Amino acid sequence: MSANTFNFEAVKSIYFFEMARMRRTLLQSVISPVITTSLYFIVFGTAIGSRIQEVGGVSYGSFITPGLIMLTLLTQCISNGSIGIYFPKFTGTIYELLSAPVAMTEVLLGYVGAAASKGLIIGLIILATASFFVDIDIAHPFMMALFLVLTAITFSLFGFIIGIWAKNFEQLNIVPMLVVPPLTFLGGSFYSIDMLPPFWQAVSHFNPVLYLVSGFRWSFYEIADVNPVVSLGMIGLFLVICLSILGWIFRTGYRLRS
Amino acid sequence: MSPIQMSPIQPNSGKPPVVSIRNLTKVYGNGFKALKGVDLDIREGEILALLGPNGAGKTTMISIVCGLVNPSGGQVTVGGHDVVRDFRATRSMIGLVPQELTTDQFETVINTVTFSRGLHGKGKNPALIEQILKDLSLWEKRDNMLRELSGGMKRRVLIAKALAHEPRILFLDEPTAGVDVTLRRDMWQVVEKLRATGVTIILTTHYIEEAEEIADRVGVINAGELLLIEDKTTLMKKLGAKQLRLELTHPLEAVPPGLESFDLKLVDDGNALVHDYASDETHGNGQGSRIAALMKALSAADVPIGDISTHQSSLEDIFVKLIGERA
Ligand SMILES: Nc1ncnc2c1ncn2[C@@H]1O[C@H](COP(=O)(O)OP(=O)(O)O)[C@@H](O)[C@H]1O
Ligand SMILES: [Mg+2]
Repeated sequence: MSANTFNFEAVKSIYFFEMARMRRTLLQSVISPVITTSLYFIVFGTAIGSRIQEVGGVSYGSFITPGLIMLTLLTQCISNGSIGIYFPKFTGTIYELLSAPVAMTEVLLGYVGAAASKGLIIGLIILATASFFVDIDIAHPFMMALFLVLTAITFSLFGFIIGIWAKNFEQLNIVPMLVVPPLTFLGGSFYSIDMLPPFWQAVSHFNPVLYLVSGFRWSFYEIADVNPVVSLGMIGLFLVICLSILGWIFRTGYRLRS
Repeated sequence: MSPIQMSPIQPNSGKPPVVSIRNLTKVYGNGFKALKGVDLDIREGEILALLGPNGAGKTTMISIVCGLVNPSGGQVTVGGHDVVRDFRATRSMIGLVPQELTTDQFETVINTVTFSRGLHGKGKNPALIEQILKDLSLWEKRDNMLRELSGGMKRRVLIAKALAHEPRILFLDEPTAGVDVTLRRDMWQVVEKLRATGVTIILTTHYIEEAEEIADRVGVINAGELLLIEDKTTLMKKLGAKQLRLELTHPLEAVPPGLESFDLKLVDDGNALVHDYASDETHGNGQGSRIAALMKALSAADVPIGDISTHQSSLEDIFVKLIGERA
């Protein structure tokens, strides 16, 4: 490796190291979201859905599928993105990252790449699981993939920031456990927001998850609470915000180097 | 005895130092000054022991060279490259075995060691990894998870990780703290083997015997300052007082006549005679004959000698003396 070249070998090492960790914790990483999602389908899709019939022209079970995938994708990406960098900080093995000839951008690529990959794999597994319960049509596969990938990357970055910021496991879990689920539930995962009174419709527009779910659902069934272009723009905005925060973290060495 | 010479920067025989530290300072976030302007040149291929009590600043200094801690002031170059600006070049050359036993409990030995190599931008080399693990008696444990290993074994793994990318410079931060005799022996074997291949080794310790045993040069750090740095043998000569002790078969009242010129002292109620001299006197011009002359004179004066012993002050004595003078 010459003096100033990108350390691709390091990115690869971190990436595969993280992916191997997922294989070891396969049960937790994959099985549990699949079971949870199946339960959602049984409870919401079958039990409650049989009373709701259709939303926007699609069966209720089909309607909630994109939201369920998003819920899991967000939670997984944030958790994996944060634990990946938090764990070395916690155990002290971060010394190795900090004393290796790697720039923080390479560390980021390795961890965020792995977290996003895991999230995507799990998202696709849930999509496959859902297809056992309900009919799934994907009107715009390319847009669907774009929403999925952008969301996975953005929220893995967000997770990485949380992992660097967190000083203990409570702080680490606060966002994926306490912030994401309510935002997802209130972000139109299980209903269309025009079922809400006008005031709550307006409030819902401050919920970033609304834009993700709406855009993602549009790529399936062409029904959306907000314009899909606006959805894409919001994800882009969130991505830029995360990257700016990380830029600052790496410049200052915040909570990494004393 | 001559006062201690302060000579932190020692010109080397033409070759540039492999690590050069200039006026290095570190002030931690809480305002604590851990390093107060350290100057140090490390020579290529040497084994340098940094000796100092807990809290002296040894780990801080190493951490700055390795990139774990940002310097507050001064400059550090490794192989001629600045550790901050050209961090890729400098960190590629360095292997670090940290003081704390920090390991990824759920990883296997072989994975964690292979990972270290990749992190340093080096392609896979299973044969090398195998050799390193064998040298450290870890090969049988390669598929074990780290949490299944004893403390000593984990220490070996940390050494293996540091060697996986074939560093030119190896930092061992208190490598033998809480380590058993076997591991110490293995470790010194590995160190010797590395030195033979030209690797520069810097170790910190507060065990003086350790520095005495394996180092070429010894630096003494206390309270963020490098008190001195010296070739071990020079240091021993410069500061290492020797004492010749003669046990007497029956006590004397006074130093016998004819021996006044030899600077003898009667101690232990007249049961022993001692003669203090600098350790390099025996090798100096004709100084060896001084001891011989003393022997002749002792015999002529019919001193009732029962036993003779000499004692050379250890690094420990020197260390305690140095810190004491500073306090
Ligand atoms: N992150 C830190 N923040 C504040 N003080 C620190 C930090 N790390 C070390 N110190 C202080 O700096 C001094 C030197 O520490 P260290 O370099 O670890 O010494 P040594 O390795 O010689 O025992 C100690 O007094 C220690 O308490
Ligand atoms: Mg220390």
